[in-house]
Amino acid sequence: MTDLLNIEINGVRLQVKPGTMVIEAADDAGFVIPRFCYHKKLSIAANCRMCLVDVEKAAKPVPACATPVTEGMKVYTKSVKAIEAQKSVMEFLLINHPLDCPICDQGGECELQDIAMGFGKDASRFRETKRVVREKYLGPLISTDMTRCIHCTRCVRFGREIAGVMELGAPGRGEHMAIETYMESAVGSELSGNVIDLCPVGALTSKPYRYTGRPWENTAATAISPHDCVGSNLKVEVRRNQVMRVLPHENEAINEVWLADRDRYSYTGLHTADRLQQPMIKQGETWREVDWETALTYASEGMRRVIASHGAAQLGALSNPNATLEEFYLLQKLVRGLGSHNIDHRLRQLDFSDQAHAPVYPHLGQSIAALEELQAGLLIGAYPRKDQPLINHRLRKAAKRGAKISAVNTIDYDVNFTLTNTVVTHPFDMPLHLAAIAKVLAEQTGKTPPAAVQTLLAAAKVEELHRQIATQLTQAERSTVLIGTQALAQPNLAVLRNLANVIADLSNSSLGYLPEGANAAGAWLAGAVPHRTTAGRTVPAAGKSALQMLDTSCKALVLWNVEPEYDCADPATAMTALQAAEFVVALTPFVTDTMRGYADVILPISPFAETSGTFVNVEGRWQSFTASVKSLAESRPGWKVLRVLGNFFKLDGFEYLSSEEVRSEIDTLTVGIIPQTRSEVQAPSNTPQRPSLLRIGHVPIYAVDNLVRRAQPLQQSNDALQAMVAMNAHTADKLGVRHATQVRVSQAGQSVTLPLYIEASVADDCAVIPAGVVGSERLGTGYGSIDVKAV
Amino acid sequence: MFAQRNKNQTKLDRITAAARAEIDRWIAKYPPERKSSAVMAALRIVQDQNGGHLSHELIEAVAEYLDMETIAVYEVATFYSMYELAPVGKYKICVCTNISCMLCGSDQIVQHLEAKLGIKLGQTRRDGKFTLKEVECLGACVNAPMLQIGNDYYEKLTPASIDKILAGLK
Repeated sequence: MTDLLNIEINGVRLQVKPGTMVIEAADDAGFVIPRFCYHKKLSIAANCRMCLVDVEKAAKPVPACATPVTEGMKVYTKSVKAIEAQKSVMEFLLINHPLDCPICDQGGECELQDIAMGFGKDASRFRETKRVVREKYLGPLISTDMTRCIHCTRCVRFGREIAGVMELGAPGRGEHMAIETYMESAVGSELSGNVIDLCPVGALTSKPYRYTGRPWENTAATAISPHDCVGSNLKVEVRRNQVMRVLPHENEAINEVWLADRDRYSYTGLHTADRLQQPMIKQGETWREVDWETALTYASEGMRRVIASHGAAQLGALSNPNATLEEFYLLQKLVRGLGSHNIDHRLRQLDFSDQAHAPVYPHLGQSIAALEELQAGLLIGAYPRKDQPLINHRLRKAAKRGAKISAVNTIDYDVNFTLTNTVVTHPFDMPLHLAAIAKVLAEQTGKTPPAAVQTLLAAAKVEELHRQIATQLTQAERSTVLIGTQALAQPNLAVLRNLANVIADLSNSSLGYLPEGANAAGAWLAGAVPHRTTAGRTVPAAGKSALQMLDTSCKALVLWNVEPEYDCADPATAMTALQAAEFVVALTPFVTDTMRGYADVILPISPFAETSGTFVNVEGRWQSFTASVKSLAESRPGWKVLRVLGNFFKLDGFEYLSSEEVRSEIDTLTVGIIPQTRSEVQAPSNTPQRPSLLRIGHVPIYAVDNLVRRAQPLQQSNDALQAMVAMNAHTADKLGVRHATQVRVSQAGQSVTLPLYIEASVADDCAVIPAGVVGSERLGTGYGSIDVKAV
Repeated sequence: MFAQRNKNQTKLDRITAAARAEIDRWIAKYPPERKSSAVMAALRIVQDQNGGHLSHELIEAVAEYLDMETIAVYEVATFYSMYELAPVGKYKICVCTNISCMLCGSDQIVQHLEAKLGIKLGQTRRDGKFTLKEVECLGACVNAPMLQIGNDYYEKLTPASIDKILAGLK
């Protein structure tokens, strides 16, 4: 341990690594040094001067955040000299800071307020006029009171270093300096809300939370984010049984200190007018609010009736991928208990042809933190920046350290780090590009690729680009191939998966998945797939996949937190199937008119923050949480509803008293499962026909689930895409719509008129029409043939 | 995905070919990956091209030309007092009021200039001939008080010398 330096802080001897700053050494040893601009996750600015400390033999106090330790250094953080310096800085900082704490949202959790208590004077000596700064518009998520700003520049550094966008800056000089965006463009980062946590004063505060509460009135409960496979840790702040706001809970292995805006603001969708408060049953054409007993009797009798007359194979259950592990488990136990294997959570998936060869559950192939250490990566049909923002954050960190990350996508996505190579191609040409990369890899390594893909490789045309991507992967010691959320929704998933496996094998890379939703891993583990039961055990005869259940119109359908017009791969087919079904049970926190149209029973289940359970994140981490607040009105946690429904059917093994009991049962069943992402390479069985125009049913960041879709602040932000058609100029020319502003889109017998945008970022012969948004909910499959005409 | 929309419109044509050639001369002085080092020179060049002030279009054009974020160029343009974000008069009179000049009587110099030109600090005369601007230290403290017009310094100022300077400005 010779490389450690001996220093002394306040008389305590410490050994620290060279290069450590005094403030880090002090923080580790538990000495509190006041600071504003220093933040452990940001670069050092040393502009607030609050952390001045006294160092022996130094003529003047030095900033602890920007002073590296040296051998024999003696630091005094509480000496007369240090305290005098800190008090003087405090006086300067307070010169222009308004005394508006009583009306400031930061009051009670303000670093300036806290530190002023320790280092400020009781009265100001400043008699002149304080500066006043105009408010800025930073979008629907962040409120500004720029007069309160003390110019620590944490928000500016966050934008540059973490969010990868330079949205905020500090124009002006001295007294006239102010934090601004250029020409007041709204902040458009998917991580923008973090500047609120970073701001040490009340200059940047949460707009939805504004003037609604004081931090000391709130109690905080920990929870897990229900929107993406990262499993970000949350602090849900609650007052009088209401969720007031959501903040990040630090977890270095997962979300560090950050949170995506989607996770931070989705709580605003919890209390909308369409929250379902009471079970409802349809009698004739009228809906009646009933008690649970009546509703569950009605639901179980209806399902029994269908099973009795058409057989159990006519019962199907669809769940969204954000259900808890316990809910998935009980739902599949119920459906299988009734004699059917028709259960699925892969609502947006179109290609199930190789599901038998899929890994036990979609795993990242490495830990989230390990992504930072990558030296090379290949993204296939992935847009982690908007789909899994904190995965993207890790990839960006790797790229900043020199990792060569490339992508094969259908849209030239706006990525906030430099992609070394980008292939933008038609979804159906993606295999050709992947095969070309695999072909180069086979040449480079001398390994023989599996016979199953020989034809594909032979047909591939190798270009320089493919050579470069292959070389990047082979030259890196730590490399990965990631199959993105979009690839999982494409109709040629099987061939993509096979080629990804080949590329990973040949280049000795890890292989990982970025599945949709918060708990796809939990769904597979629990058995919420038609061909496997809990722990990945194959069933003798696979049930129907999500698509088949709707294609062939199951006679009885159970919808778990699903709005098929927004959540399913093919809304048009889904709606037809639901209309045709004899009996539909919808379990949901929100009720819509569409739902009243097709359902027979609607049961209110508790959404995020009102239920307990477990999410398994993409690295296989089981994270359990309890309800932060009581369920609204008559709504009940999903696991309880399923448990009682099991009793109504007189099924065995539905006697749980808590969600923990359910979890421990799953725990026992899944002991010893090793997350293995590789699958045996198969010859691709299906090659979809290439239509003249293919839809790309991109799911925008704020359209992924029913809670996010109801979060108004998110819906007002720049990332909330509306229904529209986007294609490149070449494609538009071919269709003769180059100069049209509105076009008529027809798919699956449905037509809608949508605005047209010419976007160079879209691949040829494709048109992006977002799924999950109002306006496209009547169309057909997310990746199907469409017809576009000028109006 | 569609955030790139605004970036598609190039603003490079706002910079004249001559100005571009001059900026290139500055870019060549720095390593290729440090193009942004030429930002101060580039802003000065396009400001001259534009008759003495910068427009938002020009700031955006410089950002595009040097591969910088617009806000970063804007920060530079607002930090230094030699850049103007609004039209200025034919003669921009920059008076130093920093400590050395103040101790040597810059208050009186400012007063005299204001009375003589009929405008206050920070204003431009209606006829567009003069702009009066307060600036920080220009590094000529030895001969304080001082002012700058165009590329020239005028030092050891007195009301009488100012009258002579102003008379020389046609």
